[in-house]
Amino acid sequence: MGKTPRIRVIGAGVAGLTVAFEFARAGCPVELIERRAGPGLGCSHFAGGMLAPWCEAESAEQLIVDLGVESLKFWTQTAALAQRCGSLVLAPARDQPELTRFARRTSGFERLDAEGIAALEPDLAGRFEQALFFTDEAHLDPRAAMAALAARLQEFKNVALRYGAEAKPSRDKDADWTIDCRGFDGRDALPDLRGVRGEMLVLATSEIRLARPVRLIHPRHPVYIVPRGDGRFMIGATMIESDAPGPVTARAMLELLGAAYAVHPAFAEAEIIETAAGVRPAFADNLPRIRCEDRRIYVNGLFRHGFLVAPALARRVVDIVLEGAHFPEVMDADPGERQSA
Amino acid sequence: MDELSLYGVTLASRLLVGTAQYPSPAILATAIKAAKAEVVTVSLRRESGAGRAGENFWALIRELGVRVLPNTAGCRTVKEAVTTAQMAREVFDTSWIKLEVIGEEDTLQPDVFGLVEAAAILARDGFQVFPYTTEDLVVAEKLLGAGCEVLMPWGAPIGSGRGLNNPYGLKALRAHFPGTPLVIDAGIGAPSHAAAAMELGYDAILLNTAIAKAGDPVAMARAFALAVEAGRLGFRADPMQPRDMAAPSTPVIGRPFSDLARA
Repeated sequence: MGKTPRIRVIGAGVAGLTVAFEFARAGCPVELIERRAGPGLGCSHFAGGMLAPWCEAESAEQLIVDLGVESLKFWTQTAALAQRCGSLVLAPARDQPELTRFARRTSGFERLDAEGIAALEPDLAGRFEQALFFTDEAHLDPRAAMAALAARLQEFKNVALRYGAEAKPSRDKDADWTIDCRGFDGRDALPDLRGVRGEMLVLATSEIRLARPVRLIHPRHPVYIVPRGDGRFMIGATMIESDAPGPVTARAMLELLGAAYAVHPAFAEAEIIETAAGVRPAFADNLPRIRCEDRRIYVNGLFRHGFLVAPALARRVVDIVLEGAHFPEVMDADPGERQSA
Repeated sequence: MDELSLYGVTLASRLLVGTAQYPSPAILATAIKAAKAEVVTVSLRRESGAGRAGENFWALIRELGVRVLPNTAGCRTVKEAVTTAQMAREVFDTSWIKLEVIGEEDTLQPDVFGLVEAAAILARDGFQVFPYTTEDLVVAEKLLGAGCEVLMPWGAPIGSGRGLNNPYGLKALRAHFPGTPLVIDAGIGAPSHAAAAMELGYDAILLNTAIAKAGDPVAMARAFALAVEAGRLGFRADPMQPRDMAAPSTPVIGRPFSDLARA
C-alpha cells in the first residue's frame, strides 16, 4: 500500500472531521463522505462544546479525563477554535452537599466565594455563595468549529469532501482504509451501540453576559449554560436512555429552563430561539472505542464526550494506520470482549 | 433457609436496587452483581422518553437475568400512575409494580390518598402492587385493604440519604403488621442505615442513589449487601436489650474496688 495509504472517512461529525484532519495533515489522500448536506449536521450539531475534562471526572472514568486533557491542546492550539476561560460549577443553596461531593470527585478547581464569583462573572453577583472554578477548561461553538475544520480540510489538496453522498460498501476497495465515524447511524455494524437521547435549547437575551460555561448541579442531568456570543446561550442537556430523535419534551424543557432560571432569573425573559434533540452513540460502559476489522476502523461510542475526546481518538487512528500502533485503553483486546462489554 | 417471599416469589437476597443515575450501564450491571440483588426496579418514564424508544436500555436490564420491578417514579396523579403501570406490564411482562404517586415537590413524599386509590385500581386489574408509602399505620391499613400484600414505607425523602427519620414510627409499623413483608424504600444513604432498618425487623431494603452516586458504585453495592445481611442476621439472633447501667461480664460481689475508689 506504500507510505501514504488512501483513506476514506465516513461521517462528517466531530469524529469524522478530526480524523480526516489528522490524516490530511499526515499527507494521506483523504475522501470524506457525509450523507447529510454538509458537515456537522448529526448529533455533533447539538453538542454543548464544553471542553471540561476535569469536571467530567465527577461521573466519567479517568480515560475520559485523560483523552479530554490531550484533546484540549488540539482545540486551543492546533486548531485554535476554543476559548480557554475555565468553567464554573454552581449549586443552589439546598444542593450544597452535592457541590461538596462534586469537589471530592474532581480536581483542577479553585473554590470561590460570593465575591470571587462576582469578580469572575459580574452578572452572577449576589446569586451564589459558593462555586468551583475549573481554571484550565475551555469551550467552543460546535457548529462554528466544525464549519471551520471543514473549511480548512477544503484547503488541503489531498482532501476530497463529498456531502450528500452515500458511502457504498462496494467502493471500500477505492481506499486502503475506511474509517467509519457514523455515530449512532453506524449501529448496523455495531450491535452493542445504544442511543442516549439529549435535549438542548438555545436562548437569546442581552440582559446577561457570561464569559464561560456555567454548570449547575442538578439531581438528574448535568445541566450547563454555554455562552455562544451575540447574547445566545446554549442550555443542555438531558440524558435519557432512548434512541428517539423526536422533538424535545415539555419535561425536558421545564428542567432545562428551570436550571437556567435558577442560575439567573433574567433567563425567563430570554427568547427561545431553538430547541432540539440528538441521539448520542454509546457503548455499555459509556466509553469510546476504536474497533479494527481488517481494513475498516470504527470510531464510535463518543457518548456525551464527542468534542472532548475526538482529537485524541483521531490521533490514535492515524498512528494505528500509519504505524501499526495499538491503544489498549480504547481498543478491544479481542473481538470476543465486545459481547461482555 | 431465611428466605424472603414477595407475592409468592421466593428470594434469597433482601436488597432490591434501582437502575437510575449510574455512570454507565456497564457499571450498573457490575454493581447489581456485587449487590447480589435478585430484583431491580426500573422507571419507565425516566428511562424511556416516548414510546418504546428505551428498548436498548431495557434489553440491557433484561440481560442481567434479574426480576424487574417496574416503577411509576415521577407520577403525580392516579391516572398517570395507572397508565404508566399498564405500559410497564406490557413492556416488562410482569404484574409487579412499584407504585409511586408523588404528592409534594420538595420532599417527593407520597400522596397517600392518590396512592390508596391507585393501588385499589391496579390490584383489581390483576397487578401485584408494591406501594411506596409513609410509615403511617392508617394508610398502611388502607393499602392492605386495597389489595396490597407488601408495604414499602420510606426511611427518609427520596435521594436524601438521611437514613431512618422516624425509627419509632417504623418500629410501630413493624409491630402492627408482623406478617406483612415490609420493605424500606427511599432515604437510605449509608450501609449502616440499611443494617439499622434490618435490625428493626424489616424484611428488605430498596435503594438506588446511595449506590449509583457513590464514588465507587460497585464497592458500595457490596457494602450494602453485607450490611443488609448483617442486619438481618442480627435481628434473627435476638439481640440483647440495651440497659442504663453497665452489666459486668464477671461477678463483682460486694464491689470492694468501687468502694475503695470512693473513699
